[in-house]
Amino acid sequence: MQNELNFVGRCLYDLNDYTAEEIYAILEASKVMKEINKRDYKKLPTLKGKTICTLFFENSTRTLMSFELAADRLSADIVRFASNGSSLAKGESLQDTVYTINAMGIDLYVIRHNLPGSPQLVHKHTGKPVLNAGDGHHAHPTQALLDIFSIWEKLGSLDGLKITLVGDIAHSRVVRSNLIGMRKLGAEVTVCGPKTLMPSQMSEVYGCKVEYDLKTALKDADVVMGLRMQLERQSEGLFPSLEEYSKLFTLSKETMKYAKKDALVLHPGPMNRGIEILPEIADSSRSVILEQVTNGVAVRMALLFLMLGGRM
Amino acid sequence: MLVKNGLVYQGDKFEKLDVLIKGTKIERVAPSIDETEATKIIDAEGKHVFPGFVDLHTHLRDPGQTHKEDIISGTKAAAKGGYTTICAMPNTDPIVDNIATVEYIKRKAKDVGYCKVSVIGALTKKSEGKELTEVASMLEGGIVAVSDDGGCVQNTKIKLNAMKYASNFNIPVIVHAEDYSLSAKGQINAGRMSTKLGLGGIPALAEEIIISRDIMLAENLNCHLHIAHISTAKAIQMVREAKSRGVKVTCEVTPHHLLLTEDACDNYDTNTKVKPPLRTEKDRLACLEGLLDNTIDFIASDHAPHSDFEKEKEFNLAPFGINVLETSFASLYTELVLENKIELTKLIEKLSTSPAKFLKINSGLIKEGCLADITVVDLEGDIHFSAETMVSKSNNTPFINQTFKGRVDTTICDGVVTWGAGTKS
Repeated sequence: MQNELNFVGRCLYDLNDYTAEEIYAILEASKVMKEINKRDYKKLPTLKGKTICTLFFENSTRTLMSFELAADRLSADIVRFASNGSSLAKGESLQDTVYTINAMGIDLYVIRHNLPGSPQLVHKHTGKPVLNAGDGHHAHPTQALLDIFSIWEKLGSLDGLKITLVGDIAHSRVVRSNLIGMRKLGAEVTVCGPKTLMPSQMSEVYGCKVEYDLKTALKDADVVMGLRMQLERQSEGLFPSLEEYSKLFTLSKETMKYAKKDALVLHPGPMNRGIEILPEIADSSRSVILEQVTNGVAVRMALLFLMLGGRM
Repeated sequence: MLVKNGLVYQGDKFEKLDVLIKGTKIERVAPSIDETEATKIIDAEGKHVFPGFVDLHTHLRDPGQTHKEDIISGTKAAAKGGYTTICAMPNTDPIVDNIATVEYIKRKAKDVGYCKVSVIGALTKKSEGKELTEVASMLEGGIVAVSDDGGCVQNTKIKLNAMKYASNFNIPVIVHAEDYSLSAKGQINAGRMSTKLGLGGIPALAEEIIISRDIMLAENLNCHLHIAHISTAKAIQMVREAKSRGVKVTCEVTPHHLLLTEDACDNYDTNTKVKPPLRTEKDRLACLEGLLDNTIDFIASDHAPHSDFEKEKEFNLAPFGINVLETSFASLYTELVLENKIELTKLIEKLSTSPAKFLKINSGLIKEGCLADITVVDLEGDIHFSAETMVSKSNNTPFINQTFKGRVDTTICDGVVTWGAGTKS
């Protein structure tokens, strides 16, 4: 499998460091892992003896569980470093924290941090492969890969697909990573949200379309992804109320009429039902929201497997 | 002392001349001065002889932050970079908002420094933007300007009063232009890079709104406003227009805003984290244009040393600032003069003649009667910047581990060699 492609020893900060061919190789490997996850006995001995450290400097439930389960199923040893808030609050720098942990003999790091660029810093100070599990508003490549996997599995190629991402674009690492990955695989992507939640020069940076009107953005979409809208943006003066937000941007039967008839619906979770998405859409047959979670374990298994040089 | 056979800066040209120094002053500049007239000869054959560089904007970090830099290491870095006079910014710990701290810096620089140090006093007490400082008594200590640099007075009424009060004494008020409500949480320029890297953006508007406000205040009060480290195309245009209608406004630009753009921040190199942030290519070109048409009066370093342990952090947690004094001439010469973006004579004017004039010091020219502040540079000579070679206590420059042309061989300050052969130790 993918003999010519090499993932061993590389980091995954974001998808811009990976070619379309490499992304497809990850998707193929994920497909195999997904099959294994359907078995009664869901375990491979392939990473036995390898040690993975999950460095979580920011609260996370599903991503951390998903990574730990993925590592478990490949028989790797896992140690967890969890710290709420920044490393600074603990009085120890990230540099010193990872020096200490690295001295215990780690083969790969999975890091989540509220500040962008932290994965690069961990790699700089450990020399070990680092897998970014979300850094600030910058990137969340495993989420993007599982989103892309979910689409690819249902619709085949992403080439030429119309994909619309709706919500708080400015604060979304999921959007940024998805834009890079989806564009690499040939999709036409539109981002949609209020102007106050839209970063500058999006189309220049990502080659996407920018729309501020939901119905226009959804027109003929093959795939629609809603994003979590956080209440704290209201107190930051970025929008007036959740009510007005949902009036303009919620995914409902009414607004989804503008998309293609069987358009897939995704959401990275956790969802605010009734705000960015109505139950009538979230729980509909076109929704792959729960399957995204299932796929997340498979994608993370594939990545750990490839990056640590496991053998099938 | 006799500087022999060098190509000597004579305003708009270089001439092969000898420079005879007696005491602290230049005694004579002539085509051939006999070696018997001096006890010490500096052979400048094949080298260029410039007036010593003058920096209006240095953070010496002394008192209080001497792990980053101190008056000895900072002035030594200056001498190595070819500077003979630098101005210490007041955002130390404590803030330079009183005569005692002014005198401490002046005295220490005189006793142990490698160049002359002028002091800029705080505009408001503790630079908190609330109460005015004792400008008159700080003037007795020898301050040359007032500024809350590093911070910016947000309240317009207080800024108005502070400028009005400073104008009593006919000294410039230096503004670090930053509207906090717009720059809040910002790490790099708001734009393409901040979008890509997911870092908070500092919009050009945060600088331009304060500059626009302060130009209006200066015009209204008829007092001298000096804008520190200008960085946006619009801000430069505002200064150009203000100057043309006679407002007493001057401004400076840093080497990094002339040489780098926001693209340098890719990969989260914290050595590129600075205020104002590195801007777009359009802004960079506007800085260059402003320098060439004299909208921008001179180049100032904004030398802002920070220790490795402070910069080796998550981008958001690293402090703002770039280490500049040692790299400024070589980087500007290599990237701008050798690339035909600016004449060498113009660069020297902007590093020496023009800031010397601003400070009203008898320096910045090489002619009879001027202070013997001289920098001898080998334009062919390579200079490499690394943690091992830098004399500053800190290494926080984006040019680390790079090599440039234009090595300072000898710096002479008030007739004394402060860098190169014969340096006092």
